[in-house]
Amino acid sequence: MTGLFEFLGLGASAELLSLSGWGGNLLRGLANSLQIAFGAFGLGLVIGLFGAYGKLYGGKVTRDLLAIYTTVIRAVPELVLILILYYVGSDIINKVSEGLGGGRVEINGVAAGIWVLGVVQGAYATEVLRGAINAVPAGQIEAAKSYGMPGLMIMRRVTIPAMMSFAVPGLANLWLIATKDTALLAVVGFNELTLETRQAASSTRAYFTFFLAAGFLYLMVTLCSGAVFARVEKWARRGQPSLKGGTS
Amino acid sequence: MKLRALLAAATAAAALSAGAAAAEQVKIGIAAEPYPPFASLDSAGNWVGWEVEVINAVCAAAELDCVITPVAWDGIIPSLTGQQIDAIMASMSITEERLKTIDFSDPYYNTPAVIVADKSMDIEATPESLAGKIVGIQASTIHQAYAQEYFKDTELKVYQTQDEANQDLFAGRIDATQADSIAMADFVNSDTGGCCEIKGAVADDPAILGRGVGAGVRKGDDALREALNKGIAAILADGTHEKITAKYFTTSIY
Amino acid sequence: MTGLKELMQPHRIAMMLVFAALVIWCAVSLRWDWIPQYAPLALEGLWATIWILAVSTFLGFLLAVPLGLAQAVGPWYLSIPARTFCTIIRGTPLLLQIWLLYYGLGSLFPQFPWIRSSELWPYLRQAWPYAVLALTLSYAGYEGEVMRGAFSGVAKGQLEAAKSFGMPRFTMFRRIWLPQAVRNVLPTLGGETILQLKATPLVATITVVEIYAVSSRVRADTFIVYEPLLLLALVYMAIAGVIALVFRRLERG
Repeated sequence: MTGLFEFLGLGASAELLSLSGWGGNLLRGLANSLQIAFGAFGLGLVIGLFGAYGKLYGGKVTRDLLAIYTTVIRAVPELVLILILYYVGSDIINKVSEGLGGGRVEINGVAAGIWVLGVVQGAYATEVLRGAINAVPAGQIEAAKSYGMPGLMIMRRVTIPAMMSFAVPGLANLWLIATKDTALLAVVGFNELTLETRQAASSTRAYFTFFLAAGFLYLMVTLCSGAVFARVEKWARRGQPSLKGGTS
Repeated sequence: MKLRALLAAATAAAALSAGAAAAEQVKIGIAAEPYPPFASLDSAGNWVGWEVEVINAVCAAAELDCVITPVAWDGIIPSLTGQQIDAIMASMSITEERLKTIDFSDPYYNTPAVIVADKSMDIEATPESLAGKIVGIQASTIHQAYAQEYFKDTELKVYQTQDEANQDLFAGRIDATQADSIAMADFVNSDTGGCCEIKGAVADDPAILGRGVGAGVRKGDDALREALNKGIAAILADGTHEKITAKYFTTSIY
Repeated sequence: MTGLKELMQPHRIAMMLVFAALVIWCAVSLRWDWIPQYAPLALEGLWATIWILAVSTFLGFLLAVPLGLAQAVGPWYLSIPARTFCTIIRGTPLLLQIWLLYYGLGSLFPQFPWIRSSELWPYLRQAWPYAVLALTLSYAGYEGEVMRGAFSGVAKGQLEAAKSFGMPRFTMFRRIWLPQAVRNVLPTLGGETILQLKATPLVATITVVEIYAVSSRVRADTFIVYEPLLLLALVYMAIAGVIALVFRRLERG
């Protein structure tokens, strides 16, 4: 066993990975990654919610525009989208701000990361939520309408709670994609976990130690999220009969 | 409730991305990769090295409030023109090609380009000697431009960072690499660099290799360029430049 | 073709006009003069993208079949490793896997001088074997999970019927189980292959020259940012469209 450790260059791993050493950097990177993943997931949900509503109830033009948005985003590699959105995003914000007579706008890395990944997530979330809303029995929404509930209230009180159980599995998947996609921000030089890992690895030449450690951290995030989402799904399904043998 | 939370998240995200227009902070872009001895990360996550100290000294002398901002090297010029950063101080040589897109301050150091290869390899820094070999170079550098121009019969492997090229030289995946002599001197003295030695400097071509390393600024940003020039002149005059250099190198690199 | 009639609605015509105007604006006011110079390189890159995609998808699928089978019906000593493999592949970013394979393995070579004199060395020193390996494993990991569901989904009665005919187990697998499972996964296979296409640019980070790397090269050489990226996005959309069409054909056929 120790032979294998030496073989992979993992001999001094414990020392290298200590919190006062590079381990601290890795954890900082992880915190950055999670922060962006949360933000992007949230932004994606908001875009997805409006996107799904637009696709289902919007006018013709809205529907076509949304179709273009989801098709394009889902056909172009995230890496390419990230580069385009990264450069375009700050360009547009600055042009608008200058056009309005304001000064140059400061864009921090986290916000840029959230914006970029959020737009990507939004396209997928649109599809997930559209499917979920479709699965809500139309009668429930009609009943709410006949009570004279305003649109937003129907959304808040009826549609969203009722669709949750259908949406959770898809959203869980999206969240996992969000956490893994943060790694792509390494390519634009953002200090998330993957870039921190590579910096640590190339500074110490202990490639296996750091890449395996980072892999372990990502895996932990995945497994913990899986457990959390299982509970959320149970919660979202409360009061519903088991789906097995159901019509869905 | 849910909707309100979502809306709150949305406005928070919007507020984040809009941000407040910062005061007179100058973002100095450096490459987000270890480039010892000029800029590398220590285990506490701080950027250290000759260039980092020079940046701080120049900013202090020019009375600028600078923040060091790591950016991916191959996107560093778009980041400057796209206003994510205000200046580039990342060992970037002043070349004709780059001057078409951005402006440069006066140079603050100078280093020739060298070829590094395995000690056992019989290689010289000439196109003839490198013919048929695999040479690793970093993307978007003067070395890439030079190699593409002169090493016609050589297979070129393009890396995102010089550090990756060094790693592959160590692994034996490339036969040689072309890079700055000072960074390479540091590399061949390191543990992994022990495999290799500097085989010599390539024939100079100022049009491609440029005239020293300067701070890149956006075209027309003359105020910042002047301020940086003032700072560079000041640290050259008062001995700060020399003092920092002495900490890292045995000879002058200006 | 009902498609044409659908396209000819007033708002769609208006949108197409706007789009055409946008394209013309792009063609006129953006810089495209770099295209002739880089066209040969771009074609080479496009070819690299396509063959890496094809090879890794094919090999990945071959690997996914036993992975799915092991998880669906295998004994524990096969199903646990298979499940662990799929979990690890799906739980970590592909970029990290690619770097681990390329730079991690690369860092081991100098410790073993004999590797460099072995017959495998000409391959080991290049980047594409690592790219193909990483993408193959990744595809196998995701598709193995899909295949597990597909194998479990084949109706038990059919297998029992085959058994009662006295069909040998392998024939049964080849003639009944596998074809049905593959037909079950075909609709998702197209989507997975497009996802795989979207993963290919990551191999540019380990010096493989594919279409994304070519666009980076244009950006690096000329400092033109948007134009190569926009063209690149179009190229990927076109490839994704072709993949979708091919799989639709396969599904019907």
